[in-house]
Parts: sequence; C-alpha cells; structure tokens
Amino acid sequence: MNRTTQAVRSRWNWTRNWQLHVMMIPAVILIFVFAYLPMGGIVMAFQDFKPWLGIGGSPWVGWDNFDKLFGQQDSVQVLWNTVVISVMKIVAGLIAPFVFALLLNEVRKMAFKRFVQTLVYLPHFLSWVILGGILIDMLSVDGGIVNRLLTGALGIRPIFFLGDGNWFRATVVVSHVWKEFGFGTIVFLATLAGINPSLYEAAVVDGANRWKQTLHITVPAMMPITIVLATLALGGILNAGFDQIFNLYNSMVYEKGDIVDTFVYRTALIQGNMGFGTAVGLFKSFIGMFLIVASYRMAYVWGNYRIF
Amino acid sequence: MFYKSTGYRVFSAFNTAILLLLSIACVLPMIHILAVAFSGKAAANANLVNFWPVDFTTEAFRKTFDNRNFVRSLGISVYRTVLGTAIFLGLLLITSYPLSKEPHAFKGRTLYIWYFVITMLFSGGLVPSYILIVKLGLNNTIWALVLPGAVDVFSLILMLNFFRNIPKELEEASLIDGASHFVTLLRVYLPLSLPAIATLSLFTMVGHWNSWFDGMIYNTNGKNFPLATLLQTIIVQQDFSKITMNPKDLADISNRTVKAAQIFIGALPILLVYPFLQKYFVKGVILGAVKE
Repeated sequence: MNRTTQAVRSRWNWTRNWQLHVMMIPAVILIFVFAYLPMGGIVMAFQDFKPWLGIGGSPWVGWDNFDKLFGQQDSVQVLWNTVVISVMKIVAGLIAPFVFALLLNEVRKMAFKRFVQTLVYLPHFLSWVILGGILIDMLSVDGGIVNRLLTGALGIRPIFFLGDGNWFRATVVVSHVWKEFGFGTIVFLATLAGINPSLYEAAVVDGANRWKQTLHITVPAMMPITIVLATLALGGILNAGFDQIFNLYNSMVYEKGDIVDTFVYRTALIQGNMGFGTAVGLFKSFIGMFLIVASYRMAYVWGNYRIF
Repeated sequence: MFYKSTGYRVFSAFNTAILLLLSIACVLPMIHILAVAFSGKAAANANLVNFWPVDFTTEAFRKTFDNRNFVRSLGISVYRTVLGTAIFLGLLLITSYPLSKEPHAFKGRTLYIWYFVITMLFSGGLVPSYILIVKLGLNNTIWALVLPGAVDVFSLILMLNFFRNIPKELEEASLIDGASHFVTLLRVYLPLSLPAIATLSLFTMVGHWNSWFDGMIYNTNGKNFPLATLLQTIIVQQDFSKITMNPKDLADISNRTVKAAQIFIGALPILLVYPFLQKYFVKGVILGAVKE
C-alpha cells in the first residue's frame, strides 16, 4: 500500500469513525453506572455509614472498620476459612478433571465417550439453589438417602454433613468437585486432542507401553495448561464460592464454613453494618485485584497464556 | 498394538467401569429428586424412595402448579431470561464490533478496552452496588435483575476475538459498497458469527435462569421473586418472612414430594436446553482458550 492510498484510507476511516463511537455509547454508559459508580461508594469503608444519612452525611471513622476487620476474631476466622476452602477446592478441582481426562482419553468407543461426557458436564449448569435443595434433602440426618445408605451398609451413626464444621468443609469441597470436574475436563481434552500422534508412534517404536506413553508424553503435554489453570485459580483465592456456601451453610457451621462473601452479606445487608461490610468487600477486591494481575502475569510467563 | 495386550484389556475393563460409575454419580441426585417428586407422600416421608418412584402419583406436580406464588415466579423468571438475554445480545454485538477493529482503524479503541477491562479487575463490591440500585429506584423492578450484568466484559472479549477472525476483505467490500458500519455489522458480521452468538446467548440464558441472589436482595416483596429466588428462600432457607402464601400452599410446601417437584421444575429448563448447550459450549470454551 503506498502513501496516497494510506492517506485516502485514513481519511475515509475518519469520516466513518463516529459511527463506531456511537455504537460504544450504551455499553459505556451502563458500565459507568453499574461498575464505576459503585467504585465511588467504597468511601463508605471509611464511614460509619447510615442509609438515612447518605454518603454525604455519615460520620467519617478513618481506618476503624479495617481495624475491626483485623482485630475481631470472627473476621480473621472468616478470612482463614475462605483461604482454606479455596485452596482445597483449587487442588481437588484440578486433580479430578486431570485424572478424569486421562481416563477418558483411553476410551476408544466414541459412543461411550460421548455418553460419559454428556452425563458429567451436566451438573455444571445446574445452580447451587437446585443442588443446595437436593443436597440438603439427600444429606439430611433423619432419613436422607446418603445417611440411609451409609448406616445401612456400614452400620455407622448418621453423619452431620451440613451441621458439623469439618464435615461441612469436606461436603463443600466434594460437592464442588462433583459439580465441576466434568466441565473441567473440556480444557484438558482439547489439549489431549492437540498432541502430535507421531510422538506416540515414536514411543511405540522405542518399545514404550501405554503406561510409559502416558507418563512421558501425555502428562508432560498437559502440564503447561495445568500450570496456567492453577495460577489463574490462585487469582480467585478469596472467592470460595458464595453461591455454594450460602445455599449449604447454616449457623451451626459459621465457625468453619463462613467465608468473606457470606460474611459481608450478613454484616452489611442483614445486620445493617454497611460501613464495615464495604470495608471487608474493599479489602477483598484489593487483594483480588493484585492476585489476578499477578496470576495473569505468571500464566503469561510460565504458560505463554494471554487473554487478548 | 498396545490395546491388544492382556494388561491393557484388564485396565480397559476397569476404566470403563469407573467412568460409568462416575458419570452415573453425576445424574443420580437428579434421578433421586425426580423419584421423590413422583412418589406418594407417605412413602416419601417414610424415607422409602431411592431412585424409583414408590406409589407413583403426579399429585406433587399438580399442587405445585396450583400454587399461585410458584406460577408467578416462573413467569418472572421466563420474562427476565428473555429480556435479559435480548439486551445482553444487542449490547454485545454493537459493542464488540467497534472493539474488534484495529487500533488505527478505530481511534480510541485501546482506551475503551481498558475502560472495560478495569471493571474485571476491580469492583466496588456488594454494598455500594446494592446502595446504588436502591438509590436509582431500581429495586423491586425487573431492571435491577437485567441491567447491572447487561454488559459482560468476558463475553465481550470472546466476541471481539471471534469478530477479528472474520476476513477484513468482507468488511472493506461492504463499506466500499456504501454500507454504514451498522449495516455491515448486521448483514456481514452477524450472519457469520451465529455459532459464537448462540454459545454466548445460551450461557446468558442459563445464567439468568439460575441467578437468585439479585432477586433476593433487590426485592423487598416475595411476589416479585424470580423462580430461583423463590426456591432459595422457601426450600433452601425456609424463610417465609417476605412471602404471603395461602395456608394450603404453605402446608403443601412442607411436603417433601412437593419440594422435590419444585426443585425439579426449577432445573427442567436447563435440562431441556442442555442438548443445545452441549453442542456449543465445547466450542465456547475453546473459543476463549485458543488464540492465534
């Protein structure tokens, strides 16, 4: 392209550029209202906010809300719960689809493979309201099907899955893995499909059996994407799954099962302690932002992953 | 070949068994709830139902559809899903089209991109968003459920990446023929990106159908609850403070079979669109994961 056509083209573009800007208007406005305006609301974190006084009239309290966050035993416990539940979920939530994808990769009957895939992807799309309703019924101590089968088969006493702190954490992690492992395999299966078949052919020539092939070709090929998924998951370490926890927990398990998001909801919207709730939310957003930026950076450096 | 060896055959048999068990485990809870929903009240309350109905009856479903609150919430859910998806789709198309242009063809593109991406990294959090909705007077209206999430930045990025893969020659030809950008989007880009649009729409529909938290905090009256919120408050939390129900419905709702029927109907639309979802979501996930 020579200079003249370039000049013509840019002028030609310029005359039509306004149309593109017009197209941006609705989204820009909506994002401004629903994403940027609330960011202004974070000043409430430094106030003893009262809805009837508004942001202008509520008294300023400096860092009091943050002192409370780190000074109160229950809010520190909540931060700890969040990290513990999150880490367990991330680890279990990576191992399960990894192994499942390896197993599924060994199936050569396509019809069976598709059948399995159809069933295991399904729970991902059901909401925690539905699953919470089902789990509360199934895990109930008096006559829930799980306890019924366990006591029948093993002769043990019924287990308080949702009423005992440690069992609650285990239930949360297991039900999370149950819901998401199938969907998690998609990315791994796509990676497996991309492995060059000649690697396996060469391994066969060298006398490697299937187990050796898996160990030395398949698993190494899956490592980059696994590292990327792990680092990206770290960015969300303070998101321990509000929907799930909220639909499964109750006051009996607050001590071990309450997480930042459920805590913010209860303190701010139920107890009306809005300044403190905002402060906890702000703290979480801030840590979250650094973690996301850092994890994308790491995923880029280690796994050559980029979002754009 | 390796799969003819005895060892691999034994492994294969075990593998098939394990995969079969795991995949059945994924649907067993739904089957159990369906079995309870179709069972007689007495059998269900006596904990006799496992994975097959006992004393088959459709009474629970009849009672569910006789319940005014339930039917109303069902309608609200359908309304929000249709309206929310339509708005989402319109915004998605007209926003991702300009953003898919090269920076020299659309001055200010980088600025716009950052304007959107920042909102992915940082948010005001629950309380300021809640106060904003109340201050805007949107609570107790459908708009509180539809507008805040109408622009989804992640979908935007997926869509603009998809648009970028459409050959530029098509756009140039269309513009040279005198079409405006808007017409180009509608006549050239839209027909070429139907798979991506279908994927993102289905995900949005599922998201709207499943979402319950916004319905709970932005509605002070239970009669405006979408179905997911209704099920959440009544079945999961067993909180009846926001809901006025007639005594008969209230008595029914404590019935295990009716609860099961309501849960199942809440999940039914997802199960119905699932075959279509499955056709597209693998593409959608790969769409987001693979870049040239």
